[in-house]
Amino acid sequence: MYFPRVVILLSFFLSLTAGAAETPRATIARAVLTTDAAAQRSLVASLMGEGDEIIPELLTAWRNDAIILYQTGNLTIPVVLTGEKNDAGTRTAVRVDDGQPLVDAAGQPLRVLAGDFKTADHTSALRRVMKAVLDIVDLVSPNQVKRLQAVQTIGQTQNESKLAVLEERLPREKDPVVQRALREALALIHLKDPTEAVKLAALNELKALHSLSSSDFLQKSLQQAEAAHSAPLVAAAKAAIKAVESHRYTVDFLGTIFRGLSLGSILLVLALGLAITFGLMGVINMAHGEMIAVGAYTTYLVQNVFGDGIVIPCFGLSLGIPGLHLTGWLYQCYFLAAIPLSFVMAALVGIGLERSIVQWLYRRPLESLLATWGVSVVLQQVFKLMFGSNNVQVSSPAYLSGNWTVNDIILGWNRVFVIGFALLIVLGVWLVLTRTSLGLLIRAVMQNRGMASCMGVRTSRVNMLTFGLGSGLAGLAGTFLSQIGNVGPSMGQNYIVDCFMTVVVGGVGSLPGTVISAFGIGLSDQTLQQVLLDPVIGKIVVLAGIILFLQWRPAGIFTTRSRSLD
Amino acid sequence: MNAALRQRFEFATVALVALCLIVVFPLLNAQGYVSNFTINLWGKYLCFALLAISVDLLWGFTGMLSLGQALFFALGGYMLGMHLMLMIGDQGVYAQAGKNPNLLPDFMVFLGHTFLPTFWRPYYSFGFSAFMVVLLPGVIAAVFGFLAFRSRIKGVYFSILTQALTYGAALLFFRNSMLMGGNNGFTDFKLLLGSDLRVAATQRGLFVATAVTLLLVYLLIRWLNGTKFGLVQRAIRDGENRVLFSGYATAHFKLFIFVLSAAIASVGGALYVPQVGGINPSVMTPDKSLEAVVWVAVGGRGTLLGPILGAVVINALKSWATRAYPDLWLVILGGLFILVVLFLPGGLVSLPSRLAPLWRKLTGPKPVTVPKT
Repeated sequence: MYFPRVVILLSFFLSLTAGAAETPRATIARAVLTTDAAAQRSLVASLMGEGDEIIPELLTAWRNDAIILYQTGNLTIPVVLTGEKNDAGTRTAVRVDDGQPLVDAAGQPLRVLAGDFKTADHTSALRRVMKAVLDIVDLVSPNQVKRLQAVQTIGQTQNESKLAVLEERLPREKDPVVQRALREALALIHLKDPTEAVKLAALNELKALHSLSSSDFLQKSLQQAEAAHSAPLVAAAKAAIKAVESHRYTVDFLGTIFRGLSLGSILLVLALGLAITFGLMGVINMAHGEMIAVGAYTTYLVQNVFGDGIVIPCFGLSLGIPGLHLTGWLYQCYFLAAIPLSFVMAALVGIGLERSIVQWLYRRPLESLLATWGVSVVLQQVFKLMFGSNNVQVSSPAYLSGNWTVNDIILGWNRVFVIGFALLIVLGVWLVLTRTSLGLLIRAVMQNRGMASCMGVRTSRVNMLTFGLGSGLAGLAGTFLSQIGNVGPSMGQNYIVDCFMTVVVGGVGSLPGTVISAFGIGLSDQTLQQVLLDPVIGKIVVLAGIILFLQWRPAGIFTTRSRSLD
Repeated sequence: MNAALRQRFEFATVALVALCLIVVFPLLNAQGYVSNFTINLWGKYLCFALLAISVDLLWGFTGMLSLGQALFFALGGYMLGMHLMLMIGDQGVYAQAGKNPNLLPDFMVFLGHTFLPTFWRPYYSFGFSAFMVVLLPGVIAAVFGFLAFRSRIKGVYFSILTQALTYGAALLFFRNSMLMGGNNGFTDFKLLLGSDLRVAATQRGLFVATAVTLLLVYLLIRWLNGTKFGLVQRAIRDGENRVLFSGYATAHFKLFIFVLSAAIASVGGALYVPQVGGINPSVMTPDKSLEAVVWVAVGGRGTLLGPILGAVVINALKSWATRAYPDLWLVILGGLFILVVLFLPGGLVSLPSRLAPLWRKLTGPKPVTVPKT
């Protein structure tokens, strides 16, 4: 216990005197060649606090007798052997001092047989110094993630032997995240201390840090304190657990809000299309969910076309689609290409649907609901026959698969992306509706179809384009869903009821209403799932809430006022 | 054909079909000319016909497209199913193995329960179960309908809300903690009122009961249509606001019809369960409701024979198509539905009157062409 502290102090002192210009490699080489044991130790100790990754490599090699003293004339060069052995058993030699291969006079790399030369020797005192250096080498690594990991590993294992090292690092650590981890690790180790005062201080520290990872240790020390009948310790442990729990609660709460927002944004994109179609034509498109699937399957196809191609069991025939065999970032771009393509595909299907079926049913809204349900059933079966009834695999591109952790809250990139993109789409739709001539026509037809028609608006063409726009938005939502959920023939069915609810609650044809209700339903759905610990009950409560909400506002949050009746 | 003649014709048809179903068919079955399988299948069709009538009562006669009828149908089935589950008694798998001292339904033993939950207890009585078949869906329909009609939710909104109601209920029944059998629902029934359900005679009895119920429901609605109530009902369909402004509380009328149709669907479900031998939450989904709407649309909405015809024809088609073309059945169903909605809004029953002009054109005197002189 005592020895390392001396070494540390020593090394601290030495590190001030040692030449700053010397690389760790050169220092080690010099140490290997030094014959005086004390000087050797102090040279190695001078590496303490350096985070260079070569240090553990070379010191481990030294300890394992892998540093060879190459003799040429009266010159001794320490080398390590690398690469494959050839037939003669020789390997390439790399100089310890500069990492360059050892060369002969002609500049050709030399190959060395391990047994031909002596290895660098080491005493037990030196090995102890090496261990002290190695212990903290990860702790001082220039790489923040590595440092954090090293600290966390020590803390989670409550490794008492590293206590001194951590204490030494604490004042010198500049990164706040690692500093926090250091304090936590120290406190966790102190929990094992037999003295009550230290334990108490550690518990208070953990309370201040309220880190989620300390929860198990706190529970354990609470049990110990209860067994030992130590009132202050029990109180402190309980307080710390409470702090951790309240932190966990906050994290869960914010995480829920985040998930609610991302669900809300998907609902938003979906419902936006439906709201426009319904507001304009009074047609509830039951096949809207299948437009989601069109978008998702388009993403799937685009991904495979960018990749190695695919064979789909299309109506019993194996239809081979060749791939572009792209790799790297070009392949990763598939998602960006899929976004507009899925919009276009879904819009085309939507326009086809409008031209062939929906346009004949404008005066019969209930029947259009039924006919589009028929379409939805047919499309689902077509997807099954084209892509098989199992879910297909859509991989996330690299730039969407990471996480962004803020204060223990994990924000998946894919969800962040979905939220951002949904807002962009809302903006885009708003611009289309208010700033383009198509938008003007759409609004005119929405407000008074007959009058718009009298003024020369070709309402049937406007209907077609609007239906395409609405379906295209569903296709976009499908692309997002492929990043978050499963892609299968009946994927649309999972969202369609929520989607209808969103439109009804928001008020037909009202953009702000749809935005509010989408986020409202998304948030309350996720929150209730969290609070009631049960997704199904949560969903049912939301449905009941919606029915009650409509008692209060039967036409939704925002209503388009009209004097017409029936 | 004038109206009186047509009515007489319809009466004659109904009487003939009813006679066939209630007397001739079961007799033939008893003699062995009609297989038990066929009787059972037709019993199922007739239950579906009851469901279709309940849809038509709402949609065809009152203009409210409810997508919640499958919920009421399934609820009725569940209510009788609970009684049937308790009647299994000591013949269940666990009881036979001696692991079920309190004679719980098997799924409860499987879930680790040792005592019958309180709300299951009254279902030992057939009378109570039969009462609940009508009461529970009726109460649910009354509460939901009251809320919906009070705030004047109608048209597509009503459809969407009933769809959500069904969806929510199905989610609830899929759960094991609901103690209604979860995913698998109820199955393996043995006894109903002391007779063995696995015996042909019992099934024949159920078939007759279904046919009689269907006939009674048909007559009830026929009678209702002739009253002033039926007139208001159709007026609501054609112009609700005008009826409202004329001083009728349309919400009350709609509520009554909604509850009545829920009860009819529920009775259909209760008759369905012992004949099919089970019920599970997949019967309760919005898709099933929509399927029932398809039957009505294909048969002819707003008529009395249409839904019955539609339910039987489509289900017979389904029985055949799911065996002959299992992959294409849904395409056929969806496609048929689109075609009927687009080209035959009156359904199958309107076919004769639509073909009549064509027929007349073919058989009638040719228009005289004036020869050029």
